[in-house]
Amino acid sequence: MQLFPCPFCGPRDETEFHYGGEAGNVRPEGANVSADFWANYLWFRANPTGPSREIWMHMTCGEFFVMTRDASTHVVADSSPNSGREP
Amino acid sequence: MTRRYSALSLLKEGLTGHRGWAPAWRTPVPKTSYDAIVIGGGGHGLAAAYYLAKTHGIRRTAVLEKGWIGGGNTGRNTTVIRSNYFYPESVALYGLSHRLYKSLSAELNYNIMFSPRGMVTVCHSEAEMEIAARTVNAMQINGVDAELFSSEDVRRVAPIYNFSPKARFPVHGGVWQPSAGVARHDAVAWGYARAASGLGVDIIQNCEALGFIIEAGRCRGVETSLGPIRAERTGMAVAGHSSALAALAGFKLPINSYALQACVSEPVKPILDTVVTSLGTGTYVSQSDKGELVIGGGLDRIPSYAQRGNLPVLETVIAGLIEMFPAFGQLKLMRQWAGIVDVVPDSSPIIGESPLPGLYLNCGWGTGGFKAIPAGGTMLAHLLAKGAHHPISRPFDLSRFAKGRLIDEAAGSGIAH
Ligand SMILES: Cc1cc2nc3c(=O)[nH]c(=O)nc-3n(C[C@H](O)[C@H](O)[C@H](O)COP(=O)(O)OP(=O)(O)OC[C@H]3O[C@@H](n4cnc5c(N)ncnc54)[C@H](O)[C@@H]3O)c2cc1C
Ligand SMILES: [Zn+2]
Repeated sequence: MQLFPCPFCGPRDETEFHYGGEAGNVRPEGANVSADFWANYLWFRANPTGPSREIWMHMTCGEFFVMTRDASTHVVADSSPNSGREP
Repeated sequence: MTRRYSALSLLKEGLTGHRGWAPAWRTPVPKTSYDAIVIGGGGHGLAAAYYLAKTHGIRRTAVLEKGWIGGGNTGRNTTVIRSNYFYPESVALYGLSHRLYKSLSAELNYNIMFSPRGMVTVCHSEAEMEIAARTVNAMQINGVDAELFSSEDVRRVAPIYNFSPKARFPVHGGVWQPSAGVARHDAVAWGYARAASGLGVDIIQNCEALGFIIEAGRCRGVETSLGPIRAERTGMAVAGHSSALAALAGFKLPINSYALQACVSEPVKPILDTVVTSLGTGTYVSQSDKGELVIGGGLDRIPSYAQRGNLPVLETVIAGLIEMFPAFGQLKLMRQWAGIVDVVPDSSPIIGESPLPGLYLNCGWGTGGFKAIPAGGTMLAHLLAKGAHHPISRPFDLSRFAKGRLIDEAAGSGIAH
């Protein structure tokens, strides 16, 4: 069992967390968004093998936050409250 | 040197101390250029190289594998082969695969131990039975063998299942596909490798693709750990590592990589002669010829490239197994492992030319691409040979995401594997 750090509750079991996607994937606005642009927003991902900034939810307290994590080693480098600017 | 496998050659070798067997495939030094390159020595890559040589006569082909062939998901899966899909596009693809599997041992002169022993998906509520009826109807309309099972029918094929009225998930019935089954996963990789090598394909292990040779906006070969290798057409079939190669080629894919784990018990005498999966627990199990129970379940919920599973999911899978078969609680687990699978939002594969011209994709098989190896190989070979889609692969082109023509099998067949 891995412990993930919730910025609000501290280290908790991984099973309490839900992965929300890559950070910084901004929803395009307006009527003139091309199909490719939409598809890119909806489906296409960097899916990096190394460090990645990710949106996570701590389901116990209900807060969303940003976790920087390495997808190969699973080492967590940083965990911080989502300033509200990142989707 | 004995090259052909038969009862006669086995007898002859047996009498002469087994000293005449030729290696199953050659270990060549890579040439500086080929007619075609396939990156990834899993089932899909090796099958593609085989069909490229066999069907299309393109034999100057290299398969580049960063580790050993079959060391990826092809050698890590639970070997269930079935065609339980909903949409006609999927049925055409997986149906072709199922047909090719039936005659594959003879085609390759290599026993892949295909055993169509039947598979039952157990349902635990009236609501699940309605979905089961819909699945069975869809399969029958698509010409696939399927039957709606009552709980008595389930008892007939899996008598040791937990039929207790007090069970957490009582048995209401299920979906039965009689022609579903299992095969020896390593043998599929080795059989294709041996047959491809025999036709002149170079299988190059311990050779990692590190980048692409891109000239005038076209892929003209691969930078590898053994130096540059040129080819006018390149295919990639690297499963969970597809996004990493795509990044080197300058594009993104609609893929997330997750660990999918499996485990086996100690070997026991024959006790289960079908494949059984439960909609309630999400666990599935079959018994191998060696007697081990081969057990699998759902994905780890954390994006990962670490080829090992995490414990909470293993616990869920095993708890499900004990719920389904209380008698298995006495068994010891022997091994547990994981593979990195390429999960696509609509649970369908991606087959077609990539955004980099000259580079062709075969990926996105996720948790269920072992059953698709002969068809996936056939499609990638066709793309590499003709530079255009086979009619069966066209709907699976990468462009389906921008067009909104998804083939959503997670919603359609409702089953991840
Ligand atoms: C635990 C588990 C259970 C499964 N159960 C089933 C099942 O019951 N039924 C079913 O149908 N499917 C199942 N699957 C899915 C199935 O295993 C895969 O979809 C299938 O094996 C994919 O084959 P592949 O040839 O595309 O990939 P792989 O077999 O993974 O081959 C890809 C190869 O590419 C190589 N590679 C990667 N990057 C590079 C590089 N840069 N250069 C050179 N080589 C590279 C890798 O080393 C690897 O050998 C399961 C998977 C897992 C992990
Ligand atoms: Zn919290």
